[in-house]
Amino acid sequence: MAFWIAISPHNHIQKTTSALMRLVIYATIPGILAQWYFFGWGNLIHIFLATTTALVAEFFVLSLREKKIPQQIFDGSAVLTAVLLGVSLPALAPWWISVIGAAFAVVIVKQLYGGLGHNPFNPAMAGYVMLLISFPVQMTSWQPPLELMAHNLDFVNTLTMIFSGFTSEGFSLEQLKTHVDGYTMATPLDTVKTNLTLGLTISESMNNTVIGDHFGIGWEWINAAFFAGGIFLIYKKAIDWVTPFVFLFSLFVFTFISFMLSPDTSSSTMFHWLNGACMLGAFFILTDPVSGATSTKGRIVFAALAAFLVFIIRQYGGYPDAVAFSVLLCNMCAPLIDQYTRPRTYGHSESKGEGNA
Amino acid sequence: MSGLTEYKELAWQGLWKNNPGLVQLLGLCPLLAVTSTATNAIGLGVATLFVLICSNATVSLVRNWVPKEVRIPIFVLIIASFVTCVQLLMNAYTFVLYQSLGIFLPLIVTNCAIIGRAEAYASKNPIKQATFDGIMMGVGFLLVLFVLGALREILGQGTLFDGAHLLLGEWAHVLRIEFYHLDSQFLLAILPPGAFIAMGLLIAFKNAVDEKVAQAKPKKDVEEIERVRVNFDAS
Repeated sequence: MAFWIAISPHNHIQKTTSALMRLVIYATIPGILAQWYFFGWGNLIHIFLATTTALVAEFFVLSLREKKIPQQIFDGSAVLTAVLLGVSLPALAPWWISVIGAAFAVVIVKQLYGGLGHNPFNPAMAGYVMLLISFPVQMTSWQPPLELMAHNLDFVNTLTMIFSGFTSEGFSLEQLKTHVDGYTMATPLDTVKTNLTLGLTISESMNNTVIGDHFGIGWEWINAAFFAGGIFLIYKKAIDWVTPFVFLFSLFVFTFISFMLSPDTSSSTMFHWLNGACMLGAFFILTDPVSGATSTKGRIVFAALAAFLVFIIRQYGGYPDAVAFSVLLCNMCAPLIDQYTRPRTYGHSESKGEGNA
Repeated sequence: MSGLTEYKELAWQGLWKNNPGLVQLLGLCPLLAVTSTATNAIGLGVATLFVLICSNATVSLVRNWVPKEVRIPIFVLIIASFVTCVQLLMNAYTFVLYQSLGIFLPLIVTNCAIIGRAEAYASKNPIKQATFDGIMMGVGFLLVLFVLGALREILGQGTLFDGAHLLLGEWAHVLRIEFYHLDSQFLLAILPPGAFIAMGLLIAFKNAVDEKVAQAKPKKDVEEIERVRVNFDAS
């Protein structure tokens, strides 16, 4: 939600929380469709599982806290959290991954801190990081794009895979991940990271099958679709343009410098932009009005810090993607950033204003 | 106050009302660090209990000869000697457990719960009450450790008393209960963040129970207890 400052008379938009949440959920649709097109039904099933769990968990906690259940359970925030979590999970992760993640995100991260508007961390990303820390094997078993898979993965196969660990034809996830030529495939970010440790250069990594012609089969389109959804949100004034713009621009600056200094070990800006959860993070996660910074100046610092952390972790860290971790770290910094980027009160000079603050 | 009610009150304070783990929140460092399994928790809990009883008794014995100005260093010395005894004993008899407790065994010296009891109770009361207070506070701490360890072990590994033979000897293999089999451990429950979350839930549970009890009970005049409550910055 943007923080518009205008002089009176104030004309209220009368936007309710649920309308805003619904708008953001709609904006994720292009990205989800792109995921469905390139990676199959897995994420849709996980979104469904996570949404169901989130609603049940929300109902459970709200009744414990004796809140107004009908208003709060359908305000859309639990559904949005579940959708964002379902989108970011590996498509063929077992079913209990999304169940545990959604329950943790709603119960511990959101409701225990006081419910909607009081959570210091982004629930979806906190749930994701909890899963990644707790179940590293399941959370890093990314499925290759459908077109590279040797086995047919239709809806029924995906369903049995998620619920039993094997497809209806009896293939395990390891077998599914294997290319026609018999080697296991990873995500583009993972591939580049592994290849760097093997002593290959970036341009050599770019010839890998999962990268395809551009920056990663499927991933580039998914990120482009989330970008489109984000632009829609900005057009609808549901989010402020500052955060995503500064995030992407800072990421460009850091990757550009790194690429200039050492082109053989640094991937290009476009590769960073169009891989992993970059666009999802920029438009849907960092713009979270609750856990982010408040003022425009604060948002600039917040987004730049997030971009810096994403770059540092992707380039030097142990994990291939870093959006969730950097979002959480930035959430921790948000109160501090807000403290030092307070806007000047109208009628007060800069020095006086600080004295009064 | 008659003798029996005082002991009753001490027990009630140590086990529930003023529990060192749940209410005073003292000694959180070992509490959170070693409770990844029930066995580790009991190991550290028993060690702490032993040190607490001995140090309370000793502090109470020497309380009239210790100058006020240097009492804290003397308490620390007393506690440190008992910790050293425990450490050597565990090194000798439960070596594997000693290794898995690691640095947290010697760190009992710095456990605020122990020095808090020495300062707030043992240094002002006769040896019988002080020893009893040590037992109750230690058992209270041990119980919290055990519940936390059991919770985290069940959530994290699906077992209870895994490795109990390290503490109790070979027969204790039979104590191991497997609730469900996990192909992959729920690492969050075993890692420190899980300890914080579980601890928070335990404290919330205790407060909820207290609130329910207070609501259920009709208001009546409670006998005033002349007793110093440890405040949080005493240690």
